[in-house]
Amino acid sequence: MPVDQATVRRIAHLARIKLPEAEVPHLASELNAILAFVEELSTVDVAGVEPMTSVMPMRMKQRPDVVTDGDIADQIVANAPASEDHFFVVPKVVE
Amino acid sequence: MTDLTELSLAAARDALVKKEVSAVELARAHIAAIEQARVLNCFIAETPDKALAMAGESDARLRRGQARPLEGIPLGIKDLYCTKGVTTTAASHILENFVPPYESTVTANLWRDGAVMLGKLNLDEFAMGSSNETSYFGPVISPWRRPGSNMKLVPGGSSGGSAAAVAARLCYGATATDTGGSIRQPAAFTGTVGIKPTYGRCSRWGIVAFASSLDQAGPIARTVRDAAILLQSMAGHDPKDATSVDRPVPDYAAAVGTSIKGKVIGIPKEYRLDGMPAEIDRLWGEGVAWLKAAGAKIVEISLPHTRYALPAYYIVAPAEASSNLARYDGVRYGLRVPGKDVIDLYENTRAAGFGKEVRRRIMIGTYVLSAGYYDAYYVRAQKIRTLIKRDFETAFAEGVDAILTPATPSAAFGLGEKGAADPVEMYLNDVFTVTVNMAGLPGIAVPAGTSSEGLPLALQLIGRAFEEETLFALASVIEQAAPKLQLPLRWWA
Repeated sequence: MPVDQATVRRIAHLARIKLPEAEVPHLASELNAILAFVEELSTVDVAGVEPMTSVMPMRMKQRPDVVTDGDIADQIVANAPASEDHFFVVPKVVE
Repeated sequence: MTDLTELSLAAARDALVKKEVSAVELARAHIAAIEQARVLNCFIAETPDKALAMAGESDARLRRGQARPLEGIPLGIKDLYCTKGVTTTAASHILENFVPPYESTVTANLWRDGAVMLGKLNLDEFAMGSSNETSYFGPVISPWRRPGSNMKLVPGGSSGGSAAAVAARLCYGATATDTGGSIRQPAAFTGTVGIKPTYGRCSRWGIVAFASSLDQAGPIARTVRDAAILLQSMAGHDPKDATSVDRPVPDYAAAVGTSIKGKVIGIPKEYRLDGMPAEIDRLWGEGVAWLKAAGAKIVEISLPHTRYALPAYYIVAPAEASSNLARYDGVRYGLRVPGKDVIDLYENTRAAGFGKEVRRRIMIGTYVLSAGYYDAYYVRAQKIRTLIKRDFETAFAEGVDAILTPATPSAAFGLGEKGAADPVEMYLNDVFTVTVNMAGLPGIAVPAGTSSEGLPLALQLIGRAFEEETLFALASVIEQAAPKLQLPLRWWA
């Protein structure tokens, strides 16, 4: 059982997902089931194998370093749950 | 013409050009069919006014003799594609009211070519699922039933709305996306044709991201030719997606019906799973016989790392998902649930906004990327991905043109039948499809027969990178040779 209840709480916090205490044991067992399923991978010999970084070999393209977009503040905040004068509004972060 | 919705896309296009029917008539016929099929829950948003306006413009162009490649063809759009001014939810509560101010490149390509939008199609939440049961807007019900039974069946997922709508004749074709099998598995379950093109063939720009190194757009349609026509318009280079490939789009429809004489088809022995149903094995054997009869050469091949593809996928995909879905913070767009401070706001928003399966995958992804586990899980999985791709490269280097496999380990199952107790049970649906995403290759699912319960079964063909034409040629041979599938009667109307 690689994932105990304390680990579940820590992962939930890292993922910024509030987890009701009552769900912790159940989620721990589900995560352990998934991790048991992937456990088989530890038996594969991967010595000298490069990890994949790009599934299709291609040169990363470059473009001129110029502004190609902008002046659309109205559109950018249009879907915000709370905004004021083209700013996103959040609870106070600094005391 | 009795029922316009029964036509193939290609036939509808011919009828439009010959002025036997108008685009507005086609749009009206589909709008009516969609209204009658609401019990299937295929659509998250219907856009009849938009459809009629677009169809009106198409009729004007047809009158002027300026028809574009998809002029007047009504399509459904998976609700993962951003559509300007039309809600795009990814079937999630967190994006329930999101209205994009921009259009995805693939849908923009379809409208450029004259297609007509009927609405936005249901899917598994953030495309995470294999049965379309994780949608915040409720499951899609398959138009298929077992003969003599009214038990509700799943259409597969995540593109369940796309596949069900095409099978139920609610649209001539639909856009879909495939991260581990989400085009091919629902196509297989509904007796439709679905192709996941090579990674990079279609732009991902404007498609809500799940796992960016695996996600790829593609069509679902009722025939191989229709799928080829749609991919033709969807594909192409896009400077806005750095992984989109800058190479010409071939004439895919021209490949349909071409000779496959001399093509070498690999049969991978590792796909013969323990406990695989006899009818799947039999279907596979029939596929071999049909291709052989059309002049293909059949060879047995080995893809030794096949069994590791699904476990490696369940590290790579959740890891990328946990990063991609970090953007849903209740600040810039989407749902917000207040909290006592900004962290509390994030945590409350994400707990309320994401469904169970999405939360579970974000958690797994966060875990495998966290300090101390990154090398053991994520880096190892990416190394295994290299090995999986190498298996395919070896087979292709030995002269294999394409690989034939079953598309799914079973026919469609009932709602609530799988994965309730153990999420891994649901994940096993993608055992034959996921390798293709891991290697970035093109794969097509084509109907090939029916199960003992009378439900559709499909075969999958896997091709070399950017050789979708070979897949269309081979799939059309199977389509011609297989017993003709009768689409389900409209019990819902």
